[in-house]
Amino acid sequence: MLKVNDINVYYGNIHALKGVTLEIHPGEIVTLIGANGAGKSTLLKTISGLLKPKSGEILLEDEHVAGKVPQLIVKRGISHVPEGRRVFANMSVEENLELGAYLRKDKNGIREDFEKVYQLFPRLQERRKQLSGTLSGGEQQMLAMGRALMARPRLLLLDEPSMGLAPLLVKTIFRIIEEINQTGTTILLVEQNANMALSIANRAYVIETGKIVAAGTAAELGESDQIRKAYLGGH
Amino acid sequence: MFPIPFRKGVAFMEQLIQQLVNGISLGSIYALIALGYTMVYGIVKLINFAHGDVFMVGAFIGFYSITVMDLGIFPALLVSMAACALFGVLIERIAYKPLRNATRIAALITAIGVSLFIEYGTIYIRGAQPEAYPDGIVPLKSIDLFGVSISGQSLLILGVAIVLMILLQYIVHKTKIGKAMRAVSHDQDAARLMGINVDNTISATFAIGSALAGAAGVVFGIYYTKIEPLMGIIPGLKAFVAAVLGGIGIIPGAMVGGLLLGVIEALVSAAGFSLWRDGVAFVVLIVILIFRPAGLFGKNVREKV
Ligand SMILES: Nc1ncnc2c1ncn2[C@@H]1O[C@H](COP(=O)(O)OP(=O)(O)OP(=O)(O)O)[C@@H](O)[C@H]1O
Ligand SMILES: [Mg+2]
Repeated sequence: MLKVNDINVYYGNIHALKGVTLEIHPGEIVTLIGANGAGKSTLLKTISGLLKPKSGEILLEDEHVAGKVPQLIVKRGISHVPEGRRVFANMSVEENLELGAYLRKDKNGIREDFEKVYQLFPRLQERRKQLSGTLSGGEQQMLAMGRALMARPRLLLLDEPSMGLAPLLVKTIFRIIEEINQTGTTILLVEQNANMALSIANRAYVIETGKIVAAGTAAELGESDQIRKAYLGGH
Repeated sequence: MFPIPFRKGVAFMEQLIQQLVNGISLGSIYALIALGYTMVYGIVKLINFAHGDVFMVGAFIGFYSITVMDLGIFPALLVSMAACALFGVLIERIAYKPLRNATRIAALITAIGVSLFIEYGTIYIRGAQPEAYPDGIVPLKSIDLFGVSISGQSLLILGVAIVLMILLQYIVHKTKIGKAMRAVSHDQDAARLMGINVDNTISATFAIGSALAGAAGVVFGIYYTKIEPLMGIIPGLKAFVAAVLGGIGIIPGAMVGGLLLGVIEALVSAAGFSLWRDGVAFVVLIVILIFRPAGLFGKNVREKV
């Protein structure tokens, strides 16, 4: 469904992604794990069009989308839940969700998706009129995910959804990610919580200082000694 | 028979109410201009010092619409608003957009340059001589309130300001473009991820802010009659003070700040210090910057991480 082919991304002189290649098949949960500063967020931002790669290609189905504006990427069915949630704090929960459907014109479809999001996150329905800046961290994460789902994406990019959440809430969020996947949405999940990520993913990539250093099924990587040492707190 | 202080008291009350009415009229003009400052600041963090000059251009377009094109005041108002909207977008696209990622000081200096360019460009094109809005164009009669007569012009200003502010609130809170404006002013990248076109949204903000300044220019001309190419400087500065007073970036703040500043000025005049009229705005600015730099409506919104 998505092929990232040998992309190079720079911030000024900093070479943040060095020839990254990866592939995501329809229906999968693929996870990308790596330490702080490895380039995980940079990769997601490049896929969603916030950053332009200097070279390399990104293919969505058969369309070249590298360097295209985010507007077009969203329209093509990729939604990005950014690191740190980035909800519109000055707007209500409901307005945040409406903005998620910004490019859509199908009123009935949008109404259905409101229902679906509220089913997935009943907490959001209770707080419909509340300013999103006053939500708890976990609720903001739910809102950020719900907002992305309002675009009816085929591929959902999630950047560290478990960041800063209590263990119980992390479990809930991961269960919901699986639920979203089961309704047919493909998922690329960036995580530092490698244990949890590998437990729900089909396949995984490991990124270190801008390079993919390992790839395989989640089970394979979960058993590799090297990976266990570096990312799973194993010995 | 009747004690003189009583008569004096009535006269004083009448004078006070009269000054309040004047203050509210003037304040409505400040408020309309301040809205543009605050909206633009909210979305691109730029103090658009050319905004007062858009107000001046609006006054002239209104004047020519009435005198040359023979339009009534409401059509003239609309023409001026539309032309200023376009003018505002042009200024943004040509002067500010290329500097979107430059330092703030570069953008600020550019804004001052744009301001001077518009002022002296206007003088170059039509000369520096003032014009006078024609008499008797306001279709409203004056009314009596507590023995004070409120002129048709005052009523017109108030009516125009109220209608435009309600319309603005509606646009900002209920329409798609309004929601996009609020999203972009909060977080540009997050707005992009929703599929919002940030450039167009910024242009729309300039368009709306400039249209309000254009309307302010026309009602100013109707109320004060005299207009000239440098007329935007002082009201522009005062509207800026009004925006800071209310809390820069906050729309209701600009409305309240404008009205408040107008009333303060009128009361200072009424108290017999009319020479201090222009100075008082800057005293207000200093006081607000010392004691409440975020403005009357400003608060520090913390985000959860
Ligand atoms: N705006 C920027 N300007 C300059 N350098 C940047 C910028 N954003 C990221 N970088 C650099 O690019 C590299 C990759 O950053 P990135 O944010 O992609 O890491 P990450 O894997 O998401 O880390 P984390 O787990 O901490 O979120 C880092 O070295 C970082 O310092
Ligand atoms: Mg990151």
